[in-house]
Amino acid sequence: MTRTEFWQGNTACAEGALAAGCRFFGGYPITPSTEVAEHMAVKLPKRNGVFIQMEDEIAGIASVIGASWTGARAMTATSGPGFSLMMENIGYAAMTETPCVIVNVQRGGPSTGQPTMGAQGDMMQCRFGSHGDYSVIALCPASVQEMYDLTAKAFNLADKYRVPVFLMADEIVGHMREKIIIPDSIMNVPRRELIKGVLPFKPDNDLVPGFPQFGKGYGVHVTGLTHDERGYPCATNPKLHETLVMRLVEKIESARHGIADYDILNPGAEQVFIAYGAPVRTVQQLMHDHPDKNIGFLRLRTVWPFAEQALNKFKNVRRFLVPEMNLGQIAREIERHVKVPVMPLPKLGGDLHTPAELFAALEAQS
Amino acid sequence: MSFEDWYRQDRLPHIFCAGCGNGTIINCTLAAVDQMAWKKEETVFVSGIGCSSRAPGYILTDSLHTTHGRAIAFATGVKLANPDLNVVVFTGDGDLAAIGGNHFIHGCRRNIDITVICMNNQIYGMTGGQGSPTTPLGCLSTTTPYGCAETPFDLCELAIAAGANYVSRWTSYHVKELEKAVHAGLQTPGFSFIEALVQCPTAFGRRNKFKQVSDQVDYLRTHTMLKAKRERMIEQGERIPLDMFVVGELVRRNRPVMGGKP
Repeated sequence: MTRTEFWQGNTACAEGALAAGCRFFGGYPITPSTEVAEHMAVKLPKRNGVFIQMEDEIAGIASVIGASWTGARAMTATSGPGFSLMMENIGYAAMTETPCVIVNVQRGGPSTGQPTMGAQGDMMQCRFGSHGDYSVIALCPASVQEMYDLTAKAFNLADKYRVPVFLMADEIVGHMREKIIIPDSIMNVPRRELIKGVLPFKPDNDLVPGFPQFGKGYGVHVTGLTHDERGYPCATNPKLHETLVMRLVEKIESARHGIADYDILNPGAEQVFIAYGAPVRTVQQLMHDHPDKNIGFLRLRTVWPFAEQALNKFKNVRRFLVPEMNLGQIAREIERHVKVPVMPLPKLGGDLHTPAELFAALEAQS
Repeated sequence: MSFEDWYRQDRLPHIFCAGCGNGTIINCTLAAVDQMAWKKEETVFVSGIGCSSRAPGYILTDSLHTTHGRAIAFATGVKLANPDLNVVVFTGDGDLAAIGGNHFIHGCRRNIDITVICMNNQIYGMTGGQGSPTTPLGCLSTTTPYGCAETPFDLCELAIAAGANYVSRWTSYHVKELEKAVHAGLQTPGFSFIEALVQCPTAFGRRNKFKQVSDQVDYLRTHTMLKAKRERMIEQGERIPLDMFVVGELVRRNRPVMGGKP
């Protein structure tokens, strides 16, 4: 039996994690994500899980990675300043192929910026924030329902691809309250175990190695140094480094069709909005208000890896309009893939785009 | 079983320089671990970055070689998520007390049930000899070319003040004592901290008038004083030389523990 609740987005995020079997939360309080930690602090100890408030965000993500190696589904939640602090260890998780879920309830930046106001300014940071080349997965919820659904999904993706998965929410979605339908169960796909006798970092056909959980007798050495398939450091062999980094990137990029999660509305339209996160709501309102306008809409739930194949579905498109609560971070990504004009509709300050603003952009001649 | 059975033989030879004291400390630690009769599959070694932090890579158990300074934070996650695991951290003075200082004091405060072995060579060895938070006043390093002008940390005092349940200090000269101290640390529930002063002929010794490795080891022998002797001298109003390190078991207590075995 499903049930209906009226929840805040951050609460839904925490509940989605619990439904996905998250057993460990390590984090540090930061507005506007704190409610996720607070909810986990209440719920996890009652479910044989662990909540720990660490001394900073660096330690928060470190504890999550440590917990993940014991086989636990583990997560943290933060916002801009804490997200910046986590970057080195996020790269460590990518390099060591540690499944983990990182929630970023985005606020206005740079620096301390606007702690209580929404933004989408960390979209490129979540993709490229740690040093070196690697690939990650980032999901963007646009409703309280999706805070629940996509958080749960993030754990499955993290375990399947052995990669940090980001839930790139924003203050608006994190703090809004609306109706949510809780399914009686969700599908949890467990981490694929390493077959005994196989080298710990030898990939399977999907380029992802089986997971050698600590405490199970694998005797695995995990290092952030460039390592061979035994897991042993080997930092001066150019070929080995290239092979490892290419695999870390390819295991995600080659699976982009499977990871992609988007909706397409009015594929025959000439003007097409592309949005993710809170601005989705404004586009939906605009389409509701102007059913006669034949407005196309690509609505992204997966932002990274970018679902460029979805752009080809709009056969008659003359231009893409991209409302974002940043200065056009994903608009630039879209521009790389299409020949028609891409019109960024940036908005800073914390307010959502109004339907009138998007309507004006639609009417304006490109 | 002996300590040798814990080594990952196919990783040898190791990267440590000739004359390095780290091997002594790893041997003592593994001998103490071996005495505990722990199973390999129940034991995890965690480390950060630096010479000392390479140690887990030479040990057969599961091991996590993490980012600079963060070993205790990673170890906290491992231990809390699976308290059945025995968690031992190898670290160095730069890793623990500079970049990782915050995690160190909070690990002590939480009294998380792990054992931390710090190989204190008073220098950044892996990056080629820069001053660290434990480089003694006046000592030469590549970043203190006119003599270190900063007062060093006393790592053990830090651990005691922050709340660790077990704290002791020895050196690479005091092999038997160190092994016993590590064993006591492994047995004590809560945060156990063992500081082991080690010679670093490559990065510290050659810039600070230790012509031979043995000169530096001899310095460690002659510049350490048992805790009991120090207390006796203080009682008798005698002056304690400033360059003397107190060695021995400095604290063993029973503060509430986090992450202990169920």
